[in-house]
This record gives sequence, C-alpha cells and structure tokens, in this order.
Amino acid sequence: MQKSLSIEPEKCTGCLQCELACSYENEGMFNPSKSRIKVFDFHEQGRFVPYTCTQCDEAWCMHACPVNAITQDVATGAKIVSDDRCVGCKVCTIACPFGTINYNQSTGKVIKCDLCGGAPECAKACPTDAITFVDANWTGLEKMRNWAAKTDAAVQA
Amino acid sequence: MSWTRKILRVDLTAGTCASEPLNMDWAKKYLGQRGLATKYFTEEVNPKVDALSPDNKMIMATGPLTGTSASTAGRYSVITKGALTGAIACSNSGGFFGNEMKNAGWDMIIFEGKSKKPVYLMIENDHAELLDAENYWGKSVWDTEEGIKVDHQDPLIRVASIGISGEKGVKYACVVNDMHRAAGRSGVGTVMGSKNLKAVAIRGTLGVQVDDADKFFSAVTAGKSVLAENGVTGEGLPAFGTQVLMNVINETGALPTRNFKDVQFENANDISAEAMSAVRDSDGKSNLITNGACFGCTIACGRISQIERTHYTVADRPEYQKASGGLEYEAAWALGAATGVDDLDALTFANFICNEQGIDPITFGATVGAAMEMFEDGVLTTKDTGGIELNFGNAKALTDLSELTGKGEGFGVEIGLGSKLFCEKYGKPELSMSVKGQEFPAYDARGIQGMGLAYATSNRGACHLRGYTVASEVLGIPEKTDPLATDGKAGLVKAFQDATAVVDSAGLCVFTTFAWSMEDIAPQIDAACEGDWSVENCMVVGERIWNMERQFNLAAGFTDKDDTLPKRLLKDAAKTGPAKGLASGLDKMLPEYYELRGWTVDGVPSNETVDRLSL
Repeated sequence: MQKSLSIEPEKCTGCLQCELACSYENEGMFNPSKSRIKVFDFHEQGRFVPYTCTQCDEAWCMHACPVNAITQDVATGAKIVSDDRCVGCKVCTIACPFGTINYNQSTGKVIKCDLCGGAPECAKACPTDAITFVDANWTGLEKMRNWAAKTDAAVQA
Repeated sequence: MSWTRKILRVDLTAGTCASEPLNMDWAKKYLGQRGLATKYFTEEVNPKVDALSPDNKMIMATGPLTGTSASTAGRYSVITKGALTGAIACSNSGGFFGNEMKNAGWDMIIFEGKSKKPVYLMIENDHAELLDAENYWGKSVWDTEEGIKVDHQDPLIRVASIGISGEKGVKYACVVNDMHRAAGRSGVGTVMGSKNLKAVAIRGTLGVQVDDADKFFSAVTAGKSVLAENGVTGEGLPAFGTQVLMNVINETGALPTRNFKDVQFENANDISAEAMSAVRDSDGKSNLITNGACFGCTIACGRISQIERTHYTVADRPEYQKASGGLEYEAAWALGAATGVDDLDALTFANFICNEQGIDPITFGATVGAAMEMFEDGVLTTKDTGGIELNFGNAKALTDLSELTGKGEGFGVEIGLGSKLFCEKYGKPELSMSVKGQEFPAYDARGIQGMGLAYATSNRGACHLRGYTVASEVLGIPEKTDPLATDGKAGLVKAFQDATAVVDSAGLCVFTTFAWSMEDIAPQIDAACEGDWSVENCMVVGERIWNMERQFNLAAGFTDKDDTLPKRLLKDAAKTGPAKGLASGLDKMLPEYYELRGWTVDGVPSNETVDRLSL
C-alpha cells in the first residue's frame, strides 16, 4: 500500500521544522534554501501553507526529461531524480505545473521530494501534524471525519 | 562547528565590508550572540561613549544554535550602548532573519562609524556591500522590507530595518525584522538610525552544521518532547500566547495600572487573551486569526490579529484592515493597563503602528501613561499636547500618539523621549516608572517582590527578560515561591539572570525555560558545539556574561545608586489585591544579592569574583 503526504495548512504555524528536516536529510546540513518542501506565509491573511511535490502518476517532470533522469520508485510512488543522469537542463522545472521541482545551483542538478524512501522526514518533524504521511487512498479521511462530526452534532442540536 | 567562525565588519564611515575570523577563545568563554557580541563590544568600545556618536558600535549576532533544528533556534540579538539607557543594550529578536544571517555564513556583523548618507547592507552569502538607501529613507519598516524584496526581485530576502522613528531619533526605536519581530528595547534602532543605516537585507544558502549530529538529534528530540508535554509551552502559549498572563497577573495584584497608581486593572479581561479569542457579535470573527511561529519554534506563541473593519482606527484605512502581528502580553499591558485604555482593537492598532514604524510598545505605552498622569494633574495641558485630551483611558489619544511618535511628529516628538527625559523635562522626574532610564514591563514589583530586585539589578534597565522570576513566584516554575515574600529572592534572581544569559547566548528563545531547565539546554549546546558545555560550565558562562555587562555599566558611570526603583514602588503601598498594603522590599534583598554575586557592598565585582570568572 502506498502512502502520500497529507498537508493540512490550518494546522501549520510556519515554524519551518519541515524545511530543516528535509534539508538535513538531503544535504546533510540545516539549510532551508535547499529544502524540497516550502512553507508559504500569507501574512496579511494569517495563513501558513506548506507545499511540496504530490508525486503525480503521469508526472510532467518525468515525461519532459530528455535524458530519463526522473524515474518512479515503484514501492513508494515517488518520482526520483537520478543525479548521475540529470544534466541540469531545467526542462522539468518548466514542465511541472506546480513548481515543486527546482534547480540547485550548487550541484547543477534539479531537486524534488523523493518521500525520503518511504519515511518522509518533514512529516516526522512537524510539531502540529500539519504534515502527515497517510494511506494514499485516504488522504481525505481526517477532513471527512471532521465534517462527519459536525453533521452528527447538528442532528443532536 | 555550529559557529560559522566568521565575522563581517562593516565600516560605515569608509563604506567597506571585511571578513575576519571569529575569536574562538572568546567563543568558548562567552558562547555566542549576547555573551560573545558583548565581549567584542566591551573590548572595542569606550564605555563612556555617547550612544549616538559614530564611536558607538552596533553588533548583530547569532548564537551557535541559530539555524539548527533545536526548537526556537532562529534568534539573533542587537548589541550596542542603548540610546534610551546609556547602559549596555542587548535586544533579542525571533522571526526568520537570524537564521538567514547564519545561513549566509556569519556569526556576527559589527557596524562601526557613521555613513555620510543613508545606506543599507545587502548580503548574499560571502558577498556583502553597502547600497544607497535613498529610496527607503523616510519609509516605514513595512514599506522598506517590501521595497527591498521588490527592487531585488527576490521575495526570499530577509530584512531587518528601522522605521521613521529610528531615523528621527525617537529614543526607543527598534530594529524590526520579518514585519513584526523586533529587537525591541533600549533604543537599539535609534543607534542604527544615528549611523544612517536603514536596513540589513540577507539571502543565505550555505547551511548550518553541528559538531556531533547523532548526539544533537537525540538532545533536540528530547527537548521538543519536553516542550510539547509542558502545560505552558505545549498548551497555554500556543493557544493564548503570552496574553494568557493578563488575567492571571491581574488576579495576582501585580498588573501595573495607570502609570502604577494601581496594581489591578478593572477592565483587564477586555484586553486579555480571552478577549482576543472571543467571537464578535458584529462580524462573527475574532481579533485573533491564528498563532504563528518564529523560525524553528515548536511552541508558536505568536499572535496574528485583524482589527474589526468598522473600528474607528481602520474604517477609512484598508491598509490596516489586513492581518498582522497582534498583541503580546507586554504590549497589551503597556498600551492598555498602563494607560487605562480598554479598547482591544485600539491597542491592536497601536501595536501595528509600533511594528510598522519600529518603536518599543513597552516604553511607548509607559511614557503615554506617565504623560496622562501629568495631564490629569494639570502639569500638561492641551497647549503642550497639541490639542490631545490626554486623559487615562482615552483610546483615540493613544492611537493618535502611536502614529505621531512612530513618525517623530508633533507631540510625538516629546513622547519619543521616553518617560525619564520626558518627566524630567516637564518637572516631574518621580513619575517616570523606570530603572536606568528604561521603563518597567507588565509586572508590579509590589505584588511580585522578586521582580523588583530583577528590575533594579537588570543590566539593561527595567526588563522582564533578564530574570523572569514571575515563572517561580506566580507560575511555580521550577518551584513555587511566595510572590509577596522577599526571603530567598536574591538567590532566585541570580539563578534566573545567569541561566537567561546562557539562553540568550545560544540562539534559543527564553520562553523555552517555562519547560526547559539547564539540564535540557546544555546537552543541545554540548552536542552542537565543540568544547565543554556541561550544565556546570554553562552556569559559569552565564555568570561571567552577567558580570561582564555589569563591569561595562560601572565603567560607563552607573553605580549602586542606580540599582533602585522609583519612589512610588518603594513607598506607596499597593491599594488592592493580594499585595494590598505592601511596597517593594528591595532594601531587604539587594545586600544579599550583592553578596551572592560576590560583589562589594557598593555593587562592584570583587577581585576574587573577577578572578574566579576569568574576566
């Protein structure tokens, strides 16, 4: 069974522990500028939104890559960049509709979320459960539960 | 590791930027941020210097943990001789700027001299240069921050800047980063303005490493669990922010009201955390939108608030109808109880203006409170105030003055002096509720006796962030002591002061100490940094830092006579509440404090103490 990252922005406080964990896992240092997940602060609305790759089935980045450097990890469903093959052409960064694959100037390769091989560090590091790693078929379960609870309450009222 | 081992020295007179290695011998004795920068400062600056002269320096400093995944580890401090106090100043800020500076590879930036024209410092990792700030001079913090990001076409730049107040010489201007996080107290922004330095803008992409990663993750994970499981840091602060204290301190009888004439505010609940969360009848919304965290913080006490659209402060001004940094406890007290104003949205507006123009809401609110007392006593009239009816409780007077002071205009110029100079100027020096020129925060020294000693001996003037014995005296952390008693408070104050100096020098937030003891903190420092960072050594480092700051102040001209409180707190007993009939018992605590510190009866560190601490 595959799992997906589930993001609930209303729980996010904008602390960036996810970016710290992601950069440490991938770069061996604390460096949010190299994080594969990014938290956006919509200050004037008082909203924080973490955003990262959703691992599209028919991934634009994968199909666009001219050297087949992006492949699917069958076990996790993650689309993974092979540093050995990536030539830094950046076509994938144009192809991705969501902007979640980006060029890394210090290596000359692109970087994106690879689900940390099936145990994403961002989800482990999130102090408020705004990022969780759940059954890919049921990313809506928690939202459904919340609405179900409200329906129940309305009937009782 | 953990330290970047690099300092950026910016000569504003010559217009040059140069890199130099960090003095690692000093790092091992003073840790970082507050301690280490104060060491550099005291070595390089004559204590007698005029705070606003080009010979004063200003240091921005990160701690060794800044930029790591330790909870709250994103902080930086601004160290200088304070424009408000003339004492050593060290103002600490959260947000995201500290991490950016560390990621750009700098432990510290030392600013010296004075630029001929307004400039800002632009840093991209190793590359630093001074750029013309003509386009930003005369603009608010908010416009400056936005303008720099737009002009450089880079929304990821982090900015720390001063508002118009800092340019105009308001004595308690802040350095504000990330829109609403401030190195707030003692006038560090005033010093920055005196150097014609408008802003520091940084992009950092180099990363931060620690000495022993396995040990570090284990210590940091344990620390985060302690914070999550603690009632204050795990529940109270995220839900209610520091404002959780408003009703608690009022019930303790230690909420200074109307310039400390009273110790309880009858309308405290109207300006409390509960009021911020209450749903309004008019629009079905609440003042509080959400909580928000500073970099790496797993507590997330920050408030994001929005003013009701029909409120008089914003009805015709859509730019202030958006959400922004809301009231923290100290600001809510100073803008509210200290002035007798109970209009929550008016306080929120004044708070927005303090952020936008970079003024310290504590000193601002307290100075308005003092001016209100003088107005009610007839010392000031509308002729002095430019027509403002400056009675206690007048919300419009408060919000108008926040804008005038923030921009250094009209009667705001006078309020911008701070209460000490203001009250002296108008012939009522005894009405300034301050120590060493800096106004008290939100705890009355009659109702929480230990705080009286903490205020009197604080190296940067009256302050709650130098020794927060409220934790013990009111909240029972680490153990409950009687807030009305003076016995044992000397030792308590010293322990809090020394421990806080370590936290402030590490890159951490002092709010962690609601849950963390040095047994939780030292292992995180020890794993990140090379050298001995045992609990015992950390406490020695804290004591060393405290004494170093004290020595600077003594050399600057302060004496034991300045370790005191205003007559109102020493002579006028509290009128209501648990402390009714009680004044501050400072005289019962101070001699014991000097003795415990190893100081002479005149408050001077003895030769033995200087030797013991290797000062």
